[in-house]
Amino acid sequence: MMHFLAVYGLSLLGKTWQHIYISGISLGLGIIFAVPLGIALTRTKRTANIVISIASMLQTIPALALLAFMIPIFGIGVKPAIIALFIYSLLPILRNTYIGMNDVDPSLKDAAKGMGMTPWQSIIKVEVPLAAPVIMSGVRLSATYVIAWAALASYIGAGGLGDFIFNGLNLYRSDLILGGSIPVIILALVVDWLLGKVETALTPRTSEE
Amino acid sequence: MFLSMEHLNKTYPGGKVAVEDFNLEVEKGEFVCFIGTSGSGKTTTMRMINRMLQQTSGTIKINGQDISQMDPVKLRRKIGYVIQNIGLMPHMTIRQNITLVPRLLKWSQDKMDQRAKEMIKLVDLPEEFLDRYPSELSGGQQQRIGVVRALAADQDIILMDEPYGALDPITRESLQDLIKDLQERLGKTIIFVTHDMDEALTLATKIVVMDDGKIMQIASPDEILQHPANEFVENLIGKDRLIQARPSITTVGQVMLTNVASITPDKLLKEALKTMHDRRVDSLLVTDDGGTLKGYLDIEDIDYNFKTATSVGDVMHNDVFYVKSDSLVRDTVERILKRGFKNVPVVDSNNKLVGIVTRAALVDIVYDALWGDDDKKSDSEDTTAETAAADQGGDAK
Ligand SMILES: Nc1ncnc2c1ncn2[C@@H]1O[C@H](COP(=O)(O)OP(=O)(O)OP(=O)(O)O)[C@@H](O)[C@H]1O
Ligand SMILES: [Mg+2]
Repeated sequence: MMHFLAVYGLSLLGKTWQHIYISGISLGLGIIFAVPLGIALTRTKRTANIVISIASMLQTIPALALLAFMIPIFGIGVKPAIIALFIYSLLPILRNTYIGMNDVDPSLKDAAKGMGMTPWQSIIKVEVPLAAPVIMSGVRLSATYVIAWAALASYIGAGGLGDFIFNGLNLYRSDLILGGSIPVIILALVVDWLLGKVETALTPRTSEE
Repeated sequence: MFLSMEHLNKTYPGGKVAVEDFNLEVEKGEFVCFIGTSGSGKTTTMRMINRMLQQTSGTIKINGQDISQMDPVKLRRKIGYVIQNIGLMPHMTIRQNITLVPRLLKWSQDKMDQRAKEMIKLVDLPEEFLDRYPSELSGGQQQRIGVVRALAADQDIILMDEPYGALDPITRESLQDLIKDLQERLGKTIIFVTHDMDEALTLATKIVVMDDGKIMQIASPDEILQHPANEFVENLIGKDRLIQARPSITTVGQVMLTNVASITPDKLLKEALKTMHDRRVDSLLVTDDGGTLKGYLDIEDIDYNFKTATSVGDVMHNDVFYVKSDSLVRDTVERILKRGFKNVPVVDSNNKLVGIVTRAALVDIVYDALWGDDDKKSDSEDTTAETAAADQGGDAK
């Protein structure tokens, strides 16, 4: 263990950073794209079903296959990896945003409109805050997926902790495999814990104390 | 006309005709109740007023201005709306809920804080509640907040859709008093949907009876009780209420006794005692020289204070319960009976003592109302007999 860290410590740090970077950007893009899309979909029920079906379908493509698809279009490296992971992050966020927004008590939406809120004000001040916990649990789920699958990104030359794992697989070196996988697991757990904190912070208070 | 609705029709997509040729004129300060069976189109009609729904045809005007020409968002901010399930925002404090519309109207924070305090006082809740969340209030308290939320931005028209349906009778009655008081004191115009005829009769200045999208009758509570337009309205009011409604035409002045034993405050207790003895009564009403009611004096007061006090003014009670001679017996009979007075002084519009209503007189009224000229053996006789018996029992106590 100490020996492993002594030899690979520095590159482990570098790869971990790459891993966080790739996953972070993919997830960030996923949120920026899927949350507004999910909200927009609640306004047009018919399109919603179609879009969510497409997103579900994308989700079923095996991760390696999706990464491989990226190569002819975007080449190799970080960019195609981010695009592929971004696609994976979409569905959980999209679906939870849609469900969360739809589950907001209709009488509250009615009250918001009846009080004279514009549709935009109703979304920002009433619907999104009330849907926030559901949306956030979608984000957490996506984060876990993205961090796990980011390990595969090394397959198309994006770097990250996957480099250790693939090297280990090629060289039959279990210390490299473990040295890559364990940080991935820790990273996933830590991020999930952090996002849990964010979720609590975003969940609107409904009582004092 | 303040609010006028002309030839309103509403057909829902799918062909359901919910409202048919609805016409209504409402003056400022009126309390209009929509009443009717479930599905008769009350909510639909109400929601067209704040453009939550778009009518299929017809016009709605406020102060002569066609609302379809107005910006719906601005219109809604000017019309208070109390929805059926209260709809308080669970993630906002009571303060934020109350000042929701003022915030949309971009009032200053100071003005909103002040308004929140005024509003919570208006509904008799402590100021500490402002920082609580709706889930920390009881149903009745939430409903009160729902009502003031619709008033906080000085809205002139308040729409209320069965606001008190889910409340227990006591809370309900106190909220009815509240809203009636607001309407009378602040001059709000209120459109109120209810299923409950008693509620409509106590609150409304104008009742709109609806059935299957059509207006059956528009009339004041008294008119509706005396002249129901058709059998539907009659059934909605119910036989019992129609019978009981008879006292509603009688005023207190018509049933009071005018020969009242009274005395002025400057008289000696000795004289008061003599008057009681001569008139064979155990209490006297006290008036000033001009005849204005000031209070009352009980035999017990004389008994206790005979040695220490000398004049009537020293021992009389100032807090006398009285009724006005032109008020309707219907409105007063319950109050008198509930408070258990043997008799109640009657004053005219200048607070001059003009007579007294005794419990015995009330028994006569109730008796006449129940049997009176109606000699037909109806099946309501059993219940009415019980009521009368119960009344006598109460009197004997
Ligand atoms: N969105 C809608 N689409 C189609 N029909 C509707 C819609 N809303 C209401 N209706 C129908 O229109 C009629 C009037 O409904 P409305 O809600 O105005 O009745 P209401 O008098 O308020 O009844 P309740 O006392 O039960 O609240 C009903 O027959 C109802 O089924
Ligand atoms: Mg209704």
